[in-house]
Amino acid sequence: MSTQPPVSPAPDERVESDRLLHDALAGGKLPRWAAPAAGVASLVLAFGLNVVTFVDGVAGTLVVAALLFATIQTGWSFAVEGRRHAVDRLATTLVYTTFLVALAPLVAILLTVVVRGLKALDLDFLLTSMRGVSPRAEGGGVYHAIIGTLEQVGIAAMIGIPLGIMTAIYLVEYAAQARSRRLARAVSFFVDVMTGVPSVVVGLFIYTAFVLTLGMERSGFAAALALTILMIPVVVRSTEEMLRIVPRDLREAAYALGIPKWRTILKVVLPTALGGIVTGAMLAVARIAGETAPLLLTTFMTTSINWNPFAGPQAALPTFIWDQFNSGTDASQDRAWAAALVLITIVMVLYLTAKIIARFTGVKR
Amino acid sequence: MSTTVKPPGAPETAPEIKGAAVRRGDQVFLGLSRGAGVLILVIMAAIAVFLIWKAIPSLQANTANFFTTQDWTPDADPAYFGIAALAFGTIMTAIIAMLLAVPVGIGIALFIAHYANKRLGAALGFITDLLAAVPSIIFGMWGLSFLMPQMQGFLQWLATYFAWIPLFQNDLGIYTRSIMIAGTVLAIMVLPTVSAISREVFLQVPREHIEAALALGATRWEMVRMSVFPFARPGMISASMLGLGRALGETIAVALVLSATYTINWQITEPGGNTFAANIALRWNEARPTGLSALIASGLVLFVITLAVNMFARIVIARRSEFSGANS
Repeated sequence: MSTQPPVSPAPDERVESDRLLHDALAGGKLPRWAAPAAGVASLVLAFGLNVVTFVDGVAGTLVVAALLFATIQTGWSFAVEGRRHAVDRLATTLVYTTFLVALAPLVAILLTVVVRGLKALDLDFLLTSMRGVSPRAEGGGVYHAIIGTLEQVGIAAMIGIPLGIMTAIYLVEYAAQARSRRLARAVSFFVDVMTGVPSVVVGLFIYTAFVLTLGMERSGFAAALALTILMIPVVVRSTEEMLRIVPRDLREAAYALGIPKWRTILKVVLPTALGGIVTGAMLAVARIAGETAPLLLTTFMTTSINWNPFAGPQAALPTFIWDQFNSGTDASQDRAWAAALVLITIVMVLYLTAKIIARFTGVKR
Repeated sequence: MSTTVKPPGAPETAPEIKGAAVRRGDQVFLGLSRGAGVLILVIMAAIAVFLIWKAIPSLQANTANFFTTQDWTPDADPAYFGIAALAFGTIMTAIIAMLLAVPVGIGIALFIAHYANKRLGAALGFITDLLAAVPSIIFGMWGLSFLMPQMQGFLQWLATYFAWIPLFQNDLGIYTRSIMIAGTVLAIMVLPTVSAISREVFLQVPREHIEAALALGATRWEMVRMSVFPFARPGMISASMLGLGRALGETIAVALVLSATYTINWQITEPGGNTFAANIALRWNEARPTGLSALIASGLVLFVITLAVNMFARIVIARRSEFSGANS
């Protein structure tokens, strides 16, 4: 059977028929400018409502605009594209909105801390203690609190990081042995559960165990122990993840050369994963540096410098902020915000450095 | 005595490592690392033991019902205290936090995993993680001095037009330092937890499931509903539970925002309320021996609740794969 070549329609007709075919198969479609148009329309409408009705404030107007946008776009889409696409567009709008909603608090917090913190922050603030400064008076600083925080966090890191790394080594390198399997599973489970123990409960535990039972006094060291417990699970998890992606070939090459397992771990596995382990440790330190509740329970507040974490009251940045913020005078509030700026800067620097290290080192997957 | 140390995945017939020196080094190292692991179990057990032990004196001295009393005077003679109001405040703030944070957190995770392109997604994931690094005391100060004034109008609106819902009724006309505000601050604090873990699970949805759905003509939302959510449900549940655990145990932010009271008030836009953790921080330094013991008893209750929530979350997620809040 010979096929007659179809008579090609005139160009205009073809475009028309293509459109009809497309409509029949895919249904109608909103033009590309639909979303921006709906956005502009809803902003204008919301602004109008702002002027004439009860809607007021920037936040309120924006919320109303968002609601209008969702309604307009969904309704329009429902009319042209049908229910399924209308629902899809609504969902997309909602998902995008959640992101803006999440971004807002972060920006607001950082702005608030920077703006209010800069009021009292200067070099003097970093280099003097609060000794002899009354809550009402201006001046004074966080020197004693920075020392306390550095010592407490430092001690916690010195205990917590090795413990965490050893636990991770146990979970990764030794858990495969038959005798260790059940223990390893229990350890792994409780490491996870330990992440969820509230910091205030850890503070209570250190207080009951070391102060009430062993008769130690409340001190920077007790605080450091509480911080240690808080950081261990974080170190374990990040180290474990890094050790798991160290290629097995490296281990096997070492074993094949007759190197004992423990030396293989120390000389081959750990160095390979070092970048990731350092990152994890820094993130853990960043997390505990801002902890307030355990310090409130395990140290006494002071206004003077105390270099000795083992005896006497010792200040720390979080407890300093708590103390100054609750004093309620203008001068102390300014100091609280300035100290908050110092604290958040330390934490963010740790955090960002850790992320940068993670980017440039670490095991290639 | 067989002390064969097998490399993971080595064949069963791996030759025994010979030589006393080698074995001793390995044994010491195994002992150390196992010791570190065991120490974690010991710490968890010790937390429970010490809290129970030190809580007993106050519970014996207590003349009120520990679970139903809305009062906190453990240092009075006779001691009279109970956790009813603390439990109410803790659960109420946590519920509000969950209602706000779970949909938003899952939305963020969806956006990062399936709506934004890869680079934008990574950047945005980094930003939400940054929120997790903000110390809780700063959340508290911010909540009190920035968020609370911002929320006044909304809460007033809520109390005006929705007063027929008893929760939103406000007889005082004061909208500060309420459970509602504390819950909102908590919601922001647990957002990174919820979104980070959900994101991790969303990214693990098999590519084939997604492409199959799209190839059948599903819209993006239908694809999410048909292939992402069913796969990720256990992960989403435990992400929420882990967030809940954080919200229940948060101390300083709540202590700063709430004005502590010891009565159960269902009108959650009015000032007042208290939580286990906040109460411990607020009453600690003024407490005398019985008072300390009473606070420890309330901490024990908090420990048990968070432990249950966390263990449930871990068991749910363990059925699927290896996720952890610790590496978020």
